[in-house]
Amino acid sequence: MSDTTQTTGAAKVENEGAFTRFLRATEIDARLLGMIAALIVIWVGFHLYGQIVNGYGAFLTPRNLWNLSVQTASIGVMATGMVLIIVTRHIDLSVGSILGFTAMSMAIIQVWILPEFLGLGHPLIWPIAVISGLLIGCLIGGFHGFLVAYLGIPAFIVTLGGLLVWRGAAFLMARGETISPVDATFSKLGGGPYGSIGAAGSWAVGVIACAALIWLLFNGRTQRRRFKFPLRPMWAELFLGGVGSAIILGIVLLVNSYPWPKGIVRQYVAANNLQTPVNEIFISHGFAIPVLILIAVGVAMTFLTTRTRFGRYVFAIGGNPEAAELAGINTRWVTVKIFAIMGTLAGLSAVISSARLNSATNNLGTLDELYVIAAAVIGGTSFAGGIGTIYGAILGALVMQSLQTGMVLIGFDAAIQQMVVGGVLVVAVWIDTIYRRRAK
Amino acid sequence: MSKENHITPLVEIKDLSIAFGGIKAVDHASVDLYPGEVVAILGHNGAGKSTLIKILSGAYKRDSGTILVDGKEADINNPRDAKKYGIETIYQTLAVADNVDAAANLFLGREVLTNWGTLDDVAMEAEARKVMGRLNPNFQRFKDPVSKLSGGQRQSVAIARAILFNARILIMDEPTAALGPQETEQVGQLIHRLKEDGIGIFLISHDIHDVFDLADRVAVMKNGQMVGYARTKDVTKDEVLGMIILGKCPAAAIPGPGASTDF
Repeated sequence: MSDTTQTTGAAKVENEGAFTRFLRATEIDARLLGMIAALIVIWVGFHLYGQIVNGYGAFLTPRNLWNLSVQTASIGVMATGMVLIIVTRHIDLSVGSILGFTAMSMAIIQVWILPEFLGLGHPLIWPIAVISGLLIGCLIGGFHGFLVAYLGIPAFIVTLGGLLVWRGAAFLMARGETISPVDATFSKLGGGPYGSIGAAGSWAVGVIACAALIWLLFNGRTQRRRFKFPLRPMWAELFLGGVGSAIILGIVLLVNSYPWPKGIVRQYVAANNLQTPVNEIFISHGFAIPVLILIAVGVAMTFLTTRTRFGRYVFAIGGNPEAAELAGINTRWVTVKIFAIMGTLAGLSAVISSARLNSATNNLGTLDELYVIAAAVIGGTSFAGGIGTIYGAILGALVMQSLQTGMVLIGFDAAIQQMVVGGVLVVAVWIDTIYRRRAK
Repeated sequence: MSKENHITPLVEIKDLSIAFGGIKAVDHASVDLYPGEVVAILGHNGAGKSTLIKILSGAYKRDSGTILVDGKEADINNPRDAKKYGIETIYQTLAVADNVDAAANLFLGREVLTNWGTLDDVAMEAEARKVMGRLNPNFQRFKDPVSKLSGGQRQSVAIARAILFNARILIMDEPTAALGPQETEQVGQLIHRLKEDGIGIFLISHDIHDVFDLADRVAVMKNGQMVGYARTKDVTKDEVLGMIILGKCPAAAIPGPGASTDF
């Protein structure tokens, strides 16, 4: 919208409210603000409800928010891939089962197979397990994509079949057993006190993130100036940089204010032969590794969708498949790649989920596909195709997980939880439909 | 059916056929095109004009027949192949991706990349501004998705995309169907300018007035077959209408296999 500031007449600008002018100058998407507002309402609502009804508001505590971030990671990672799938007017119902199957495969590789050759606890076990998990996910997804693109079977059917096939295959492979415990290093990828990077590491991440934000703003400005495009007003740039950095550093403070539990500290003290009494030691969790994985995936997928040729093709196919084909895009091959990426991300989520549980169970990832699709859709991905953002999907995952966690905290039944989540999904899409109709 | 036999035609389509199910949409059709020439392909709805042209632009695969580009046989199996031979098409449906902006549409399938292999959006937009400035100086909405543009603006995006990559053969399928009089006039001027640059244009149109204004020759199709070919100088509008409706070839035209012999 950068050039509209310049081309629209003065009369029109005068008619705008201060808020619209603010959005225009900062180029912030109104729906992003809407999602953040919804999130704040959910968080504060659950906190107050707990405080009033149960006498204790548990939601807005470092401990809960930290846990929330870890729980969001698995769904969030897959939701970024689901954006590409839905943008191209497909659907993937099999992600939960792919997650279950790859988790089981990785568990078998690291618990049953590799220790035989490398010995228990060998440092190579976890990377081999992770890489093979991602590879298996990629192959399964790519195979689904091949069936969709080259054999012309609707994605709904292919992945509905996949939902059953891969769940069954996971059961067969391990004869229905739960495989536990996984490799010690591997289990750190799921978070927990040992699977977090601590206070210093978190500050480093925060500072890097702030530097990256400022660099992005600066770089954007120089690029626009180079080609003589209209610039954002300086106050808007400063506002974006300032508020962005404040949010980042606030999150760092938050994750750093959640200490290790006493039991873990006691273990740590014993292991390191420290003399300090356990009560006086405050060790921060900092960012959990799965959260860093989610952030990395979010950055990589955003880059992929907005800065690369592949991403451009994904959106063009979603907007008008025929036009994309006529423009010379190999739409079938792009479809295969999209599904392969989805499968790989399901494999990555399998790493997070099984590491977090410290085991692979047969029902790992059951119903995840629905949460993932819901996250993407709540995040603004349109089933009509061609529209969707990665950050939206991650925020959507956070909304879904916040609802779930909040209801657990205030003691809602599992049955009520399901009903609420289902209702919210439908209402969210309804609001989205209204929003889009207005935007046109 | 040629005007100057000593130069090689830009495109020569020979005996092209394609059938969908049992229906012969194009039945042994031939037509040629010289540099700097506009050949209009005329016919009723369903006469096979669009199908013929879609074969040339790679959207359909022919059942039989040959396509020569610069006298050499061209192997066109998909739109990418056609673009390699410098064949660009402006489709009746415009074939733009509605959800992305004008620059993204202009470069769709041929994006400009930075040294890092990423999309160079700024360079693409700058280039798009240049081309659109030539075609339609009023066009300013570079950041809006194409779905928000008017019919004429979408048309200029589609045309800009075709000429951006130095097309040598331009196919225009009903280029003025969605346009107002002023925009139609602009397209007419554009066609004249492209002719001067030596570009060959296949023009598909229903509008016989348009055709007589713009085209050097007409090729008339009926039921998938070629009725005949004529220079617009040599025939009247009524005679061409006779070719379209009855398949009747006037004396000044060269009859094709589809010409009616009942008269």
